[in-house]
Amino acid sequence: MSEHIAPLKIYFSVFVALMVLTLLTWRISYIDLGQWNTVVALLIAVCKASLVAAFFMHLRWSASVMRLVLFAAVFWLSILISLTIGDIFSRHVLPQPQSWHAAAVITNPSATAQGR
Amino acid sequence: MHNSQAVVAEQFDDRVQQHEAASLGMWIFLATEIMFFGGLFTGYTVYRNLYTTAFETGSHLLNARIGALNTAILIASSLTMALAVHSAQTGKRAKLIFFIISTMCLGAAFLLIKFFFEWTHDYAEGFVPGLHFTYAGPHASHVALFMCFYFIMTGVHALHMVAGEGVLTVLLIMAWRGRFSQERYNAIEMMGLYWHFVDIVWIFLFPLLYLLGARF
Amino acid sequence: MSSQEIAIEPKLNYLNCDYSIKSWLLTTDHKRIAWLYMMAITFFFTVGGIAATLMRLNLLEPQGLLVEPETYNKLFSIHGIIMVFFFLVPSIPAVMGNFLLPMMLGARDVAFPKLNLLSWYIFMTGGSLVLYAVIAGGVDTGWTFYTPLSTLYLNTHVMAAAGGVFIAGFSSILTGLNFVVTIHKMRAPGLTWFRLPLFVWAMYAASIIFIIGTPVIAISLFLIVVERIFHVGIFDPSLGGDPILFQHLFWFYSHPAVYVMILPSMGVISELITAFSRKRIFGYHFVAFSSVAIAAIGFLVWGHHMFISGQSVYAGLVFSALSMAVAIPSAVKVFNWTATLYKGSISYEAPMLYALGFIGLFTIGGLTGLYLATTGLDQHVHDTYFVIAHFHYIMVGGAVMGYLGGIHYWWPKMTGRLYPDGWARVAAIIVFVGFNLTFFPQFILGYLGMPRRYAVYPPEFHTLNVISTAGASILGLGYVIPLIYLAWSVRYGPIAGPNPWKATGLEWTTSSPPPTHNFEETPIVTEEPYRYDRLAEEIHVA
Repeated sequence: MSEHIAPLKIYFSVFVALMVLTLLTWRISYIDLGQWNTVVALLIAVCKASLVAAFFMHLRWSASVMRLVLFAAVFWLSILISLTIGDIFSRHVLPQPQSWHAAAVITNPSATAQGR
Repeated sequence: MHNSQAVVAEQFDDRVQQHEAASLGMWIFLATEIMFFGGLFTGYTVYRNLYTTAFETGSHLLNARIGALNTAILIASSLTMALAVHSAQTGKRAKLIFFIISTMCLGAAFLLIKFFFEWTHDYAEGFVPGLHFTYAGPHASHVALFMCFYFIMTGVHALHMVAGEGVLTVLLIMAWRGRFSQERYNAIEMMGLYWHFVDIVWIFLFPLLYLLGARF
Repeated sequence: MSSQEIAIEPKLNYLNCDYSIKSWLLTTDHKRIAWLYMMAITFFFTVGGIAATLMRLNLLEPQGLLVEPETYNKLFSIHGIIMVFFFLVPSIPAVMGNFLLPMMLGARDVAFPKLNLLSWYIFMTGGSLVLYAVIAGGVDTGWTFYTPLSTLYLNTHVMAAAGGVFIAGFSSILTGLNFVVTIHKMRAPGLTWFRLPLFVWAMYAASIIFIIGTPVIAISLFLIVVERIFHVGIFDPSLGGDPILFQHLFWFYSHPAVYVMILPSMGVISELITAFSRKRIFGYHFVAFSSVAIAAIGFLVWGHHMFISGQSVYAGLVFSALSMAVAIPSAVKVFNWTATLYKGSISYEAPMLYALGFIGLFTIGGLTGLYLATTGLDQHVHDTYFVIAHFHYIMVGGAVMGYLGGIHYWWPKMTGRLYPDGWARVAAIIVFVGFNLTFFPQFILGYLGMPRRYAVYPPEFHTLNVISTAGASILGLGYVIPLIYLAWSVRYGPIAGPNPWKATGLEWTTSSPPPTHNFEETPIVTEEPYRYDRLAEEIHVA
């Protein structure tokens, strides 16, 4: 049914949930979870976004093509981010074996360890 | 029938087709917005990983309390927007007008807090790259990079909100003139989708910009 | 209607219903908007072509015949920016897509006609800004706007040019949005996805790229403008910025953009090959899916433009492998067209000549793309004329030939008149010969090491450059001739009738030119496309 009218109760429940999650994400940032702070923050953000999309934006009751559109955008954005980050992370991983560098240092003690 | 007041536009066969086309069109537009902001998130992710400490330092310079308050305000405006759509769908003109105005006020509150409590403060403190940047701590240029992304991302977000306020004004005038009814409310619903999307962007911006690093 | 009946031009059609300027500039009729785009891109093609002419003239002498290097830099930049963003990207989608899509779907118009008109105005605004940049002194970043050159070191009109492209990008986005919604929601009764003409599949795939890719180049150009205005270090290495980040963002769109430029052309070729060999397409589903596959996989390969940029070796490895993968669906199409030709009843009207030329030239272009996807070889030929030859084989030998073939094929539908096919065949052959003379020597030049974007070159490359320039003059002639006879035909050409090619497709079931609302009654589709096996009559062109 493309013109679904959601019951008001749902909007208010989602609103409360979003407020709670906002409070949660703010307060958790004051707790030391190390690396996991970011992960938790993003997970909470994804939850909040999903609630907004599903209920405020009616995605729950929309034709599947709308969900496909959202999924496609998120999917290709993740490609952009992951391949770019993959480049950044692998820049200083040299393709040559370590032993070659050791040999270079022995024969030429003044050579720097990192070269390209 | 070439009546400009016609509920169904000429190129469509019926209301259902028109509504589905409008929804699909707006979702596709939102997909483009996801990619637009996505480019900024990509740049942010790159520099966050390259200069983690500097980004955490930069994040501490922001006021997480105000950020959280603004997040709450924006979520509330999403609620009022959803209620506006509901009012349009049920043909309640007075409620529609009330909720559009509420949404606009909450949106304006968000923007005012941002401009007058955050950005002016940041400028005074010398945190604005290119305009007034005097931070002299370690890795200052990387902290400047964080601030770049902070201002550009929240700035582009704010621009989207301003545009949204503009469209809401037009819709308010149309609602006042009784242009919307139970048969004819697509514009309100599509505006709702846009407004919720802008809220979702902020839902990601808040933790990524304001809540980095140790504050314990 | 049999070929013996005299064709009568319909009394009221989308062209003669209103002659006023206002009715053209405020039209929401997709067919008129197509003409608005056609006039615009023909103009931009001329501007880009003049830049190319000056470049090729300059390259007649090793020390540069005509212009200073600074001016040459502006010429190749303008040539690239205008040809890519203001000719190739809009060409087939904005002209033929706009004109044909609703008709091929049996619809009265696109989903959002006013948005369609807005797209054109946005396009013209962006184009005007770029023209301003050209007139005010030019831009010399190359069409690629690489940082930090564009953000830190140049004093030319970078912001105007980048701004113009940014604005024009929204025109593409809105067109793509319009097309996807139209295809999803406005198909005629009975027109299921697998009964759609392959041109529609091609438009759909191209639209996906418009939607997903264009916003990313928009943000990257936006960041250039911010960096120029505020002097911040987003891409400035001395402030911690990464110039390669710009390249990632830029090419994330600009590589799929090349598929935006070729996919619609491939869609046209599918229509032409079937019509002029009177045969069903071989492997309809494969061709349809390959369009979507090219669009999807095309988003995974952008790093192959960055093998020697400083990108990591491992990223290069991944992008190289994925680039090999994207060649597969393109090859699938070439094989399927060839198999369609086999045992077909082939006739050699001008559209078919363009289509056959496309197949050969696109194959060469595509195969040389594989050479470039190989990191080892790319190390040597990156930024040489080899790359230029590769992409011109695809863009000109492929995309432009497809555009010209399509214009000729659908000209009778758009204007209600037949063009003189004799002249058209001559022009097609001139284009083919001129094209190869221009660009084949460039493969050799590139392989031998001549760099691109240089106003001068070593004397040993002289002869090949002269051949290339000579070819360019022939190519130019081949482009001018159709302008003349097509314009002539609008007034003096024989009347075409609804279906002069006896082709299949809903667009041929309505009159030429069509009425404003395309069909008197919404058609109902009951069979697959390309049912030439059912049509008994032989083609008979006046």
